[in-house]
Amino acid sequence: MKANVGNPEFDERYVLDRREAVPALVGGHKEFLFIAGLAGTARDVTSLVNDGPSAYGLGGAMGAATMMGLGLALARPDRTVIAFCGDGELLMNVGSLATIGVRNPPNLRIVCVDNGHYGETGYQRSHTSLGVDLEKIAVGSGIRRTLTIGTAAELPKGSKLLRESEDAVFILMRVKPTDPPKFKRTLDPAVCRVRFKAALADAARAGG
Amino acid sequence: MSAAVHAESRVKAKEAARAGWQYELYDLLRRNNFTQFAYVPDAGHTVLINESLADAEVESIALTTEEEGVAMMAGAELGGARGVLLMQSSGAGNCVNLLSLIAGGRFPFLTLLSMRGDFGEGNPWQMPMGRAVEPVLEAMSVRCLRVDRPEDVVPVVSAAITMAFQGGEAVAVLLTQKLIGAKAF
Repeated sequence: MKANVGNPEFDERYVLDRREAVPALVGGHKEFLFIAGLAGTARDVTSLVNDGPSAYGLGGAMGAATMMGLGLALARPDRTVIAFCGDGELLMNVGSLATIGVRNPPNLRIVCVDNGHYGETGYQRSHTSLGVDLEKIAVGSGIRRTLTIGTAAELPKGSKLLRESEDAVFILMRVKPTDPPKFKRTLDPAVCRVRFKAALADAARAGG
Repeated sequence: MSAAVHAESRVKAKEAARAGWQYELYDLLRRNNFTQFAYVPDAGHTVLINESLADAEVESIALTTEEEGVAMMAGAELGGARGVLLMQSSGAGNCVNLLSLIAGGRFPFLTLLSMRGDFGEGNPWQMPMGRAVEPVLEAMSVRCLRVDRPEDVVPVVSAAITMAFQGGEAVAVLLTQKLIGAKAF
């Protein structure tokens, strides 16, 4: 099936621009730790924090984001962890929703930035724009707090959920199949690991 | 004591001796501050899994596929916690691409594999992955240490912990079928 960018029927469900919607959803980012899946969400999130150490963005290892988020959330129950992932990334490891649903870590939020396409490889349509509803899969996986965001009016509800839920959260945010911010981030995965840990250690020394 | 009862008690004593190293292994991991245990349910790791489930101070997480555990261990490490991934040899094949995260990020990483398709295996379905475990893991920069004897389990896993969490390596300890026995078919 051909890429469907520009099809009005299709675009009706995918109206948000991720370059605006991701920052609007997160709001003040300093209270969060971030994991971001490869491709689009890594650029969304690293540009949000200006390539700062509070975000670990993947450049490969597709499917790792949600479970990295779980390991980090369990290791740091004092911090709220947001794992961002695209629809393609989540589809590759959708069983992780079941693993997370069973444990229900109260400080983990999963945000799927769903553009219905594999943007990185040329905007081929993904399963989500062909009928698969990842929020329903999250619900069926036992994740207690879920939300689908399709319009700007729904963003504040999502921002509140990120901050106030005492259960794990899954947010599906539908966005247009357009590019993430053009942002040059640090791609070396070891450098990103070391600086992430150093920032946590600095915060601990400062009594944070 | 009747012959039958005597035989039964001997079997139980043998089973206890065989399982003893598994409890020692759990204690070793706990002494070394492992707080995240991730696994796909597996007969070979029954004791470790059950001990972690019964231990209120650790996270005991059942996975739907082993690759989830690779990512989870990386997340744990970012947060300053130690984790161990328990899997059967067949699970090694499920992990391969996500091990690029471990290798590229130079994450300390420890996994314990209960082997199938190994010494005395009778199920032909287990053979290909049994043969592939070491070359596949080594190709992804995971160093493999085999254990054949109960008395070697604690020393080898101790060495693996040092290599991983001080030496910065990714290490797999292969609990072979000489150690855990071959499943009867």
